[in-house]
Amino acid sequence: MVPLTRLFSSTLGRKYLMGASGMALVLFLVVHLLGNLTLYAPNGDLLNTYAARLQGLGIGLIALEVGLALTILLHIITAFQVTYTSKLARPIGYDSPKTKGGPSKSTAGSRNMILTGIVLGVFLVVHILQFRFGPSMEEGYTTTVNGAMVHDLYRVVVEAFVQPLWVAFYVGCMVFLGFHLRHGYWSAFQSLGIINPRWSKPIHTLGLLIALLLAFGFLFIPIFIYFTQSGGGNP
Amino acid sequence: MSASNSKTMNVRLKIWRQEGPSAPGAFEEYSLSGILVDMSFLEMLDTLNEKLIHEGKRPVEFESDCREGICGTCSLMVQGQAHGPVRGATTCQLYMRSFQDGELITIEPWRAKAFPILRDLITDRRAFDRIQMAGGYTGAKTGPHADANAILIPKDIADRAMDAAACIGCGACVAACPNASASLFTSAKVTQFALLPQGHADRKRRVIRMVDQMDKEGFGSCSNLQECEAACPKKISIQNIAIMKQEYLKAAISADFRAGLGSADGGA
Repeated sequence: MVPLTRLFSSTLGRKYLMGASGMALVLFLVVHLLGNLTLYAPNGDLLNTYAARLQGLGIGLIALEVGLALTILLHIITAFQVTYTSKLARPIGYDSPKTKGGPSKSTAGSRNMILTGIVLGVFLVVHILQFRFGPSMEEGYTTTVNGAMVHDLYRVVVEAFVQPLWVAFYVGCMVFLGFHLRHGYWSAFQSLGIINPRWSKPIHTLGLLIALLLAFGFLFIPIFIYFTQSGGGNP
Repeated sequence: MSASNSKTMNVRLKIWRQEGPSAPGAFEEYSLSGILVDMSFLEMLDTLNEKLIHEGKRPVEFESDCREGICGTCSLMVQGQAHGPVRGATTCQLYMRSFQDGELITIEPWRAKAFPILRDLITDRRAFDRIQMAGGYTGAKTGPHADANAILIPKDIADRAMDAAACIGCGACVAACPNASASLFTSAKVTQFALLPQGHADRKRRVIRMVDQMDKEGFGSCSNLQECEAACPKKISIQNIAIMKQEYLKAAISADFRAGLGSADGGA
């Protein structure tokens, strides 16, 4: 018997994985948003410097990216396992189920984490293709910062967000992120059992703050760029 | 007799009827008039059944026993809510005054793969018994009756254990959970022992075996919606689920577990 496989294949074990990977992803989002704040600076030098420094990590950056990808993959796989188990557990549903209110946290958002998650998964693929594997230095996206030639990531970002459709797509996806985090943040603590009656409410409220902060923090960036750049800076 | 005792109402009922475990089921509609508003929900169903028997039809089968909210036998999904719209009450403690005159009331059985329908509104809830038998007891010999207060238990701990032990095993948590998870039931049984010194001897194997059994029965996974707590007639807190998560993780990474003592066949 291999204990770890048994532990993590139980319904409880899967939720440990889900909660732990979710917490790691929230941490990543916080760091990502802090990095993205460089986009508010004029002329893009700050973002390009930040990007160049990240690139400068070399193997370290790749290790971080692989770790992040594995965490996301773990989160997705366990999500589908958990959802599948639960679908099997109730083959025939109710005529018109209704929440009983009170302590219940059952909302359209919390009941449909798999749907908001799928939207975020699709978003992630588009987002990575667009910016991580977007137009490269070889394609002429270069600029000089402090005398050194670096990848002009800022131009890639601006070229996307002067287009209203891209702005709408990003804003829409970040609303889904907000709903996912609203239930996900508190839920991770409960899934891992690291909660007690005194902390439960504050952590749940903090989840709302984090969901609002991250969702709005991210979604204002494309809006800001659209309104500051689409006038004169149209390429 | 107060005035309200003689007030009556009419109801329309939409009830799940199913001949047997493998027979296809369907909703059937019934009308009842002259129902006393202070009748309990089950007395209303008794009235319906008397009418059906008089008409030579098969009565609606449902379970009840104590009819005073303490046994956990009655188990109806009323208007899409486990035990109906009143919180902290079993179906037998639901009264017709909670409904509007002429209201269409939908009545369904608990829906879960682990609770197969036997007939109409009766489900087989023995999955709960099997979870309990897997470890919901103290296996250590306790010897003769101990003196009161020979084992000191702080009052707050005793209270929390008692709150968990209030579970009557009705299955409303499973019925109300969108995932048909039995986490609240299992965690209440795990916690009531885990908190008390008498339960410590079997602590690790208990949680492992009970969770194993819960998974084997085909219940779903907890997604922390807390709908179970809202539906529980004893208002059992999902804090117990958090305690079960701690207990399970601690047991799973312990040496006993790795040696196989957590399995049903290993260890005593």
